[in-house]
Amino acid sequence: MSRSEAAITLYRLQACPYCERVVRVLQDNDVPYESRFVEPMHSDRNVVRRISGKRTVPAIVDENTGVTMSESANIVEYVEAEYGDQETDTGVEA
Amino acid sequence: MVDFEVVDISHVDVDAPEVGDGAPDFTRPLVNDEYWQDTALSELYNEGPVLLVFHPMDGAFPATYVWNEIRDRGWEGREASYGDLQVIGVSVSSPYEHKTLIQERGIDSRLFSDPGAEVAEAYGIDWELDGMTGVREPLPAVFLVEEGTVRYAWVAEEWPDFPNYDEIEAAIDDL
Repeated sequence: MSRSEAAITLYRLQACPYCERVVRVLQDNDVPYESRFVEPMHSDRNVVRRISGKRTVPAIVDENTGVTMSESANIVEYVEAEYGDQETDTGVEA
Repeated sequence: MVDFEVVDISHVDVDAPEVGDGAPDFTRPLVNDEYWQDTALSELYNEGPVLLVFHPMDGAFPATYVWNEIRDRGWEGREASYGDLQVIGVSVSSPYEHKTLIQERGIDSRLFSDPGAEVAEAYGIDWELDGMTGVREPLPAVFLVEEGTVRYAWVAEEWPDFPNYDEIEAAIDDL
């Protein structure tokens, strides 16, 4: 995914289950995103604090809507509301 | 560089781009002091000239020497023909190791992580390390890339070998 194509930037930690949850919901809804990987040490995550006010990941920045958000449950809810596919939501699987 | 054995590596099959050739494009995680993100070389040279510096794995003394010299010469961000010069490292080290190197050496440049040495292979400079079975990395090499075209090229001919920094600086000034 090229830098210029995706509106959503996902700040993530390698192998973090909460991050993978966000990845899954983005992929399930065909939402383009680009990944920025940060370090396990909280003290090394100033970039995340600058954008979201907290050092926790996952965090997303959505340039389409101007939304910045942390906490995977919040993000999943947001992505489904903003980009969710109606048919998938009603359980009609392809 | 005296007082240690310099090994002839003319047996290594080198097929690197030369001045006037196109620089092979590639995408790899690009590491800065805060995070890493998949980035294409072309994204970089579309914004300004790129000095692509291939070096041995982070932690080997040549990597340290090369970055100390580059940092001290202040090439990063130098005003260039279009945009500013970007000094970009490449080694087989992981993004985690690149972050440590950036911190320890006070590097204000970014580095690509190429653990499989496929980028080194695309540049025709990959070689197998003696005594480290299964480990391949780039020969030390420097390419100055302007709008996708190689303007300066240097590849090590012995081991170890170091770039001619004055020559590179002249090439940067000629942009």
